[in-house]
Amino acid sequence: MARSLQPVSSQETREPRVLLIHPNDTVAVALDPIQAGTSISIAGIEISVRDDIPFGHKVAIRDLEAGDWVIKYGEKIGVASQPIHSGEHVHTHNLESSRGRGDLLVAEREVQ
Amino acid sequence: MDAIKEFWGYWRDDGRVGTRNHVLILPLSPAVSTSASWVQQAVPGTVSVELHQDIHPSVSGYPLAIRTLAGWVDHPNVYATVLLALSQDDPVVRDLLPQLGHHVRYRLVSLEGEGGRRAAQEAARQVAQDYLTASKSLERQPAPLSQLILATECGGSDACSGLSANPSLGFASDRLVEAGGTSILAETTELIGAEHILAARATSPSVDDAIWETVRHAERAAMRMGVDFRGGQPAPGNIAGGITTIEEKSLGCVHKGGNSPVAGVIDYAERPRMRGLVIMDTPGHDVMQFVGMAAGGAQVMVFTTGRGTPTGAAIAPVIKVSTRTALKRQLPDLIDFNAGSIIDGVQTREQVGWALFRKILSVANGERVAAEILGHREFGIFQGWGAEA
Repeated sequence: MARSLQPVSSQETREPRVLLIHPNDTVAVALDPIQAGTSISIAGIEISVRDDIPFGHKVAIRDLEAGDWVIKYGEKIGVASQPIHSGEHVHTHNLESSRGRGDLLVAEREVQ
Repeated sequence: MDAIKEFWGYWRDDGRVGTRNHVLILPLSPAVSTSASWVQQAVPGTVSVELHQDIHPSVSGYPLAIRTLAGWVDHPNVYATVLLALSQDDPVVRDLLPQLGHHVRYRLVSLEGEGGRRAAQEAARQVAQDYLTASKSLERQPAPLSQLILATECGGSDACSGLSANPSLGFASDRLVEAGGTSILAETTELIGAEHILAARATSPSVDDAIWETVRHAERAAMRMGVDFRGGQPAPGNIAGGITTIEEKSLGCVHKGGNSPVAGVIDYAERPRMRGLVIMDTPGHDVMQFVGMAAGGAQVMVFTTGRGTPTGAAIAPVIKVSTRTALKRQLPDLIDFNAGSIIDGVQTREQVGWALFRKILSVANGERVAAEILGHREFGIFQGWGAEA
């Protein structure tokens, strides 16, 4: 099928889409893959993305201390396990669940 | 949007209405599963399941198993059932038959009673053929939406589940509840971290308490094993899709219950005593959820998925909803409905929610879904959370 090749605006040329679900959220969701070094604008704030963020993954939109709640959907989704800087990928390496932690229960028993 | 007030289904003698008119071949022991499949294939148009669990008083969760089997035989989508057993003296036969109401059409065929496997299969084939012929005389009639019980489920959740497919399903569920129908939210392990949202919508203090207690019970069951949910919840596929913690997964999951008040909490495989949004206590396992919600009388089911799955239930249609458009393209023969247009930014949640509501009613009226066309009939029964330590 003959079809003229036209320049198509690729994902690299347009700004990747990022979704802030709730105004209180401390993370936003990447609706396109984002490359490290990209600048994105969320709720009027300019954020320089520090890591590659895969589609559907979370990016911090403000600095968090270790032990701080991480908020998405306007709700607590877990605790920062290390300091997180704005623009960093937030996932299993720096965010921990606070629920269903039988492992912590065992650790507690071993200390006693 | 004009309100849709009815669907077309099969009225049963107990006043319930089916969205299907199945003749079910149900084995009561793993040893007769092969025979059940043989009968199903010998009489095209019937449905059957394979049973892989021993149903015996010595096995934990036996009362749940009996209730589940009873719920399947006494289901509005089932015209009649051929029960297959090794012996008519089996405990499962003794305990199941008294649970079935007088309106339930069934025949028990046992290998012992018929004098062998071939004779039993032949007898069951004849009964199934007679039932199938008789079932054809029934026609669909209008029925109010208050007769409909919708089962909701999500599996293979990704970061879009909570943004597209689940909110669309929640919207459709709310419309059904408004019309007087019932919607079941299940998967107790995936309410962990979101129980406060549901409890705030409880219609009474006792429902409020039941929500907290049910979730606490499931969480303790996991913790008793001395492990944390990070091994199993979120699952590796969820994590690859961008979900980090069980709380995050749960907050995405509960969207499929919409914003309706929570009218009740029921046990696994229990029939809802109330209309509206109801929580059923089930494990996270997809197949066990479907089987339990079907046992509760759900006549139509919706499965939202970020990774795709062919899973279906033998007696109730399971509508597969993709969270992303790419998934619909990857697995076109498994996905019935795409909610990814919300992520693509071309449709709103409300637009997709209305479309899904119409799809649910169309399937209730007889439109076949992928899982039915492909012949999916997975089966497994939950054995309970185990005793408190």
